[in-house]
Amino acid sequence: MTTEPVVEFEDLRRSFTVRKKVGRLRRQTKVVHAVDGISASIQPGEAVGYIGANGAGKSTTIKMLTGILVPSSGRVRTCGYDPVPQRRRLAREIGVVFGQRSQLWWDLPLRDSFRILGAIHRLPTEEVTVRTEQLIDHLGLADLLDTPVRQLSLGERMRGEVAAALVHRPRLLVLDEPTIGLDMISKERLRHFLIAERAECGTTLLLTTHDMGDIERLCDRVLVIDRGRLVFDGTLSSMAERVALQRVLVVDLPEPSPDLQVSAAAHIGSDLDGQRQRLAFSPKETTAARVLAEVTAVTEVVDLTLEEPAIEDIVRTLYGVG
Amino acid sequence: MAELSTGEVYRILLGSRIRSQLAYRTSFWLNVATSVGIGLVEFIEIYAIFSNVAVFGGLNLRQSALVFALGNMGFALADTIFGQLDTIPSYLRMGRLEVLLARPMPLLLQLVTSEVQLRRLGRLAVGVVILIIVLPGLDLSYTAGTAYLLAVTPFVGAAIYGAFFAMAGGLQFFLIDGPEFTSAFVYGGAYAGQLPGSVLITPIRILFTFVFPATVTAYLPSLLIMGLPGPRFLPAWLGWFAPVFAVWAWLLAWLAWRAGIRKFTGAGG
Amino acid sequence: MRTYLLLAAAEFRRYSTYRLAILAGITTQSVFGFIRVSVLFGAISSAGGTLAGYNQQLASTYVWLGQALLAPIALFAWIDIAERVSSGDIAVDFARPVDLQLAWWARDLGRASFQLLARGLPPLFIGAVTIGLALPDSWSAYPLGVMSMFLAISISFTLRFLVNLIAFWTFDVRGFIGLYLVIVGPFSGLLIPVHLFPKWLRIVAYATPFPSMFQTPIDVLSGWVLGWAAAGLVASQLAWLIALVGLARVVQWRAAHRLVVQGG
Repeated sequence: MTTEPVVEFEDLRRSFTVRKKVGRLRRQTKVVHAVDGISASIQPGEAVGYIGANGAGKSTTIKMLTGILVPSSGRVRTCGYDPVPQRRRLAREIGVVFGQRSQLWWDLPLRDSFRILGAIHRLPTEEVTVRTEQLIDHLGLADLLDTPVRQLSLGERMRGEVAAALVHRPRLLVLDEPTIGLDMISKERLRHFLIAERAECGTTLLLTTHDMGDIERLCDRVLVIDRGRLVFDGTLSSMAERVALQRVLVVDLPEPSPDLQVSAAAHIGSDLDGQRQRLAFSPKETTAARVLAEVTAVTEVVDLTLEEPAIEDIVRTLYGVG
Repeated sequence: MAELSTGEVYRILLGSRIRSQLAYRTSFWLNVATSVGIGLVEFIEIYAIFSNVAVFGGLNLRQSALVFALGNMGFALADTIFGQLDTIPSYLRMGRLEVLLARPMPLLLQLVTSEVQLRRLGRLAVGVVILIIVLPGLDLSYTAGTAYLLAVTPFVGAAIYGAFFAMAGGLQFFLIDGPEFTSAFVYGGAYAGQLPGSVLITPIRILFTFVFPATVTAYLPSLLIMGLPGPRFLPAWLGWFAPVFAVWAWLLAWLAWRAGIRKFTGAGG
Repeated sequence: MRTYLLLAAAEFRRYSTYRLAILAGITTQSVFGFIRVSVLFGAISSAGGTLAGYNQQLASTYVWLGQALLAPIALFAWIDIAERVSSGDIAVDFARPVDLQLAWWARDLGRASFQLLARGLPPLFIGAVTIGLALPDSWSAYPLGVMSMFLAISISFTLRFLVNLIAFWTFDVRGFIGLYLVIVGPFSGLLIPVHLFPKWLRIVAYATPFPSMFQTPIDVLSGWVLGWAAAGLVASQLAWLIALVGLARVVQWRAAHRLVVQGG
């Protein structure tokens, strides 16, 4: 078995010239380095999360990986192919889901989309049918097979998109913001499906997302990009250590109160004269439930929210540290 | 199990496309009616002209109708197959092209097969009907040459108009928000192609014969069929070379398309 | 009122940024202009120099004025409103403190004003320089012409607005828009002057508002019709506009009602 990486990039760069209007008639050109020399390699079977603020360079990297955009310089190989010149051959080995853009046929039932995609990938019809059954089973889409795609909810459609990307059993699955706009249940189903699929087929996964929950559930490795440069490449746990990932429990109390003192969490702010308080805790050391238990032991809680660490905060911390 | 052959792939694609269009019954027939309407409206113009004069560009109503019918058939076929290339600007804006590029099939073929619009065949029906009506009254001598021309012209015409569509599509990658630029030649060409070419003022005549070979799609073959001479810069015998013009048009289209994709993927810088 | 002026101005500015599209539009207009001139000249020369009152110069004026007015009057419908209906965004529009129809009307006038300059002047220039244009015989053609243009733009807008509103009742607006485009073309005088139509077709055409959105302003501006006759035409445009606006108010009211009841 070869250990040739599934994805490999070396000093990858991509710049864009942007023209901005300065004053009434003159135009100013500026060069934007969307991707500014990144290097990494992804081995078969890995599940990699690719995170960064908006505009940090994630989509540009994905486009270069999948053969849609040519690098300004540097080297990139996906499944051993040079993506742009060998785009069509590469397309048989990878599956791509662009979060906001659909690859399904809007007015046709889901089943037909699978059939057509299967044909485009030159799979024999029987194989497509078998594969469709498999995917539908795992994704719980059985009743939806014959519904026109435009009548599906966002959650159902995203599951359909991911299934469609897997019809031809690609070696690499690339997901660009797949859980945006999904409710918790749909997110969980999608994540569950991806875990099962990977366990069964060993598909390599590259996932860009803003949702740390996705990363925690699906990925063993995280790449963080900020303004075109990789600021972190390692396991999720080592990132957690570097960044001291914290969650914040926001509690609404029935009336203004002094700052809560809780052993498991740090009080980081009060609003409305202490009627709303923010408590930060590290999920490695304790759980939200325990913090909440301590709070309710001393006061009544009218409402609560749990905040995830924002990607922007993580990046800021990493960039500052690294 | 063996891979699908290219033929089977396209059969499945076209099949599903056709089925999906037939599924929306009322909508489909409304669109077909519109398509027929478009064909009729284009003919009204010729008809209205002849309600005022007896001869137009050296041809009478029947003869002009022949030119119109052949040109219309060619364009309607091209529009059915390639017409969807008009939507490239909006695909560019919506980011849909990236989805299509991530598939193992050439972009142009994807746009052509998975977006074929059957309803546009309504326009074709108009041309066919007009052709059937005028042929008997034209008093033609049916030789092998005439038969060949009658049979082949709509298809060669379709090839040429199709090349215009493809050329326009490729140029969209450069123009981004300028589909009107190419409409000038695609739809202008169709307009000029269904008219007697002798009417066109000289610079336009040359533009639409030697650069965008529209007059070759119907006017010149019609002259040949009817045994009439051509006007200045437009000798009737050029009509025999219509297939050559089609190849030329497709060469230009292919270049425009390749350049367009390279621009899109940034290979041009 | 001020809101509407702001909307119009914003749309004016927006269209001024599409530089390439403007250039592209001018190219198309020129190509089509020359083809149309060819057609009319061909017909006129067959008829021995004049045809239904058109000589070469008048025909050229007709064509180039037509090309100039094509973009501002926007005969060929756009479906922004229809798209907003199918996406559900239209609910936001109804919730705003501006009236839907008036707001879009103001925007359309802003757009048209820009295009009158950017897309209107070049064809006139090309026509004057290449083939020649005829100027109207009487000064009254100009103020009447401006009124006529404004009315034509508004009539065109109201018709397009009505067609877009169909989106509230059916999923496939495109089909109806296609039908609309097919009818608008010939009957507005776009292909050939309505005056050249055979008598029966002319009667049909004048029973519709379409000639008043394109043929009429051209007739008034070019001086084809002068003095009181011209004023009469402008008055008929006004009548059509009032009727159409009335219809549009009713339909919009029903549409809003339907939105509330159906929930988008």
